[in-house]
Amino acid sequence: MALHAPPKLERYADIPYEEKERLFQEVKADPRFPDYLYGCYECGICVAACPSARFYDFSPRKIAQTLAREDVELFFYQLNEDVWNCSQCFSCNRCPRGNSPGGLITIMREVAVRNGLRSAKEALEGYSRVIYKIMATGTQVSPDMIQADAFPDWGPVAKETADNLELWRKALPPETMHTTSTAWEVSEQTLTELYLIWHMTGVMDMIKEVDEGLHMILLDVMEELLEERGYALAE
Amino acid sequence: MSIHAKQAEGPLGKERVFKRDPDLPLSEDIRDLVFELEAEGEWIVQRVPEPYVEVPRKDGRAKKVPLQHTWHHKSCGQCGHIPGYSTAIFWLHRKLGLEYDDPKDQTSCTGWNYYASATSNAAAQAAVAVRNFAAAYVTGFFPLIHCGTSYGHYKEVREELVKHPELRAQVREIMAKLGKPLVMPEEIVHYSEWVYAVRHEIAARKVYDCREIVVTVHPACHYYKLVQGDAIYDPDIYGGQRTAVVTAVAKALGAQVKDYSTWFDCCGFGFRHILVQRDFTRSFAVNRKIETMLEEAKPDVVLTHDTGCVTTLDKSQFAAQVHNKKVGVPVMSEAQFAALAMGAHPYRVCQLHWHAADYRPLLEKMGIDWKEKWQEFEEDLERIRRGEKDYLTWEDVDAEIPARHFLQVS
Ligand code: SF4
Ligand code: SF4
Repeated sequence: MALHAPPKLERYADIPYEEKERLFQEVKADPRFPDYLYGCYECGICVAACPSARFYDFSPRKIAQTLAREDVELFFYQLNEDVWNCSQCFSCNRCPRGNSPGGLITIMREVAVRNGLRSAKEALEGYSRVIYKIMATGTQVSPDMIQADAFPDWGPVAKETADNLELWRKALPPETMHTTSTAWEVSEQTLTELYLIWHMTGVMDMIKEVDEGLHMILLDVMEELLEERGYALAE
Repeated sequence: MSIHAKQAEGPLGKERVFKRDPDLPLSEDIRDLVFELEAEGEWIVQRVPEPYVEVPRKDGRAKKVPLQHTWHHKSCGQCGHIPGYSTAIFWLHRKLGLEYDDPKDQTSCTGWNYYASATSNAAAQAAVAVRNFAAAYVTGFFPLIHCGTSYGHYKEVREELVKHPELRAQVREIMAKLGKPLVMPEEIVHYSEWVYAVRHEIAARKVYDCREIVVTVHPACHYYKLVQGDAIYDPDIYGGQRTAVVTAVAKALGAQVKDYSTWFDCCGFGFRHILVQRDFTRSFAVNRKIETMLEEAKPDVVLTHDTGCVTTLDKSQFAAQVHNKKVGVPVMSEAQFAALAMGAHPYRVCQLHWHAADYRPLLEKMGIDWKEKWQEFEEDLERIRRGEKDYLTWEDVDAEIPARHFLQVS
């Protein structure tokens, strides 16, 4: 029995049940799934601890319950409508049952990305440059991301930092931190090894599912360094 | 909303100390399993180098924290956006005369992106972790992890690798292709555990009086919630009911740590939210943390021990002013605060000009002449601008206060 009134679920009525079931089974097949779900008391402790539950119509309890009850329809709804609201803070790990609703959400998100769901693409819109940064340079945020127009809500410090960036970076005593386009200096060999990891673990395929343009740019950048260092990619 | 003044003075009164039942069996110690796997030839365990300090964990066991010969696993958000955070950690090592390595053969843990976008998977995340561990291992220096998320994520990875032989096999194969051994450190150690371990040495070298400084502490979610058993809990701090890191350091420095009712709440960082959904981050940071702290404890400074928390709590305050929210308190890491108390330069070392909330009233209250210090820093910048210097160096900074040798190792 669905936990919610049908109108919410009707949004996805045209998706075949088998497809929803397939995605559910993919979540359940993740080796971490049994470590993250032991059933649910429905006590709501996770909700009380959850920052996203205070801001959105969102509940880690419902995620745990839905998965425990194997409610495939509601699962599919949550996979599209709920999982991207989670802050991944893991406050919900205080669950007395030993569940990790946040961990379950990590798995659900991975499945959403791997299957190129439209909702995942939408959630990651505007985020591609960050994925590019981490995958291509080995550090996630860089000093040159601080721009007045990107962070107007940070106040005058964003503009001041951007205006003085090169100089301020030179005025840092650790010699690894004189960089502006990466957080610190990452050696080329290190970066080569990181690229090989992305290729060997199927991450490049995941990127292709959610953002083809980004996938192409990343391939170009990676191929150049890998070839330079004697690795040929079997793509 | 406010809490009773007495409660705000000292978190959890003495009468509320709960003691672990000595007959209660301890939960499984993952370190035993890590060593078992080594005995079976599955991987190499990198030992914590001596000398180390043993500190108390939440689960009642002791954790070894290395004092020196540490390999600094830097944090993207710290180095990129709050560079005084990392610089202060290094500076503390230098002033205590402790050797460290600041490597270039290090990538981010990539956990921020993983928790934000899920554009990765368990095998990739584990491979990134053990690649960094192998890089540390070959130097002979032991990983000291600057970021709370890296620390929490690496502990997750450790559990996954221990529990799932097929994941271990996959990652071992990847490492073999990279020509590296599969290495697991004996302990996963966060820098704030190191600061906790050396807090009395820091306090002994303090040059500014902190007794009038009111501090509120935000404990970082990924430090003590993600994988819980081996976070530091000390019976002398909050009766052992909350993590002791940060608070123990502020107390050792003589500052007044005050409590507030939403201490358990997350800062609102959200990984994806801080970058592309900042309305959530700002609301949560201001409504549930900063405003509550100011109403209940009136802090001079908010101290925390993670990248995302400093960024969120500091940078979310500016826009909230237009909504007449109660904001306006500086936010920094306990490493920066400890360095300031030891006489570190607020700009050359702590790099406070990268912070958004006004930190000057705090410096004034500590007795630090920020105008004079800014003038000195401006002169440094001018020398670089004129090409007389390429960079500000450790030599420039070290020359200010002579390093004293670390005298006592227990
Ligand atoms: S991890 Fe997600 S579900 Fe869990 S408490 Fe944090 S925001 Fe809520
Ligand atoms: S805290 Fe655990 S048992 Fe309670 S509702 Fe949440 S998931 Fe269920």
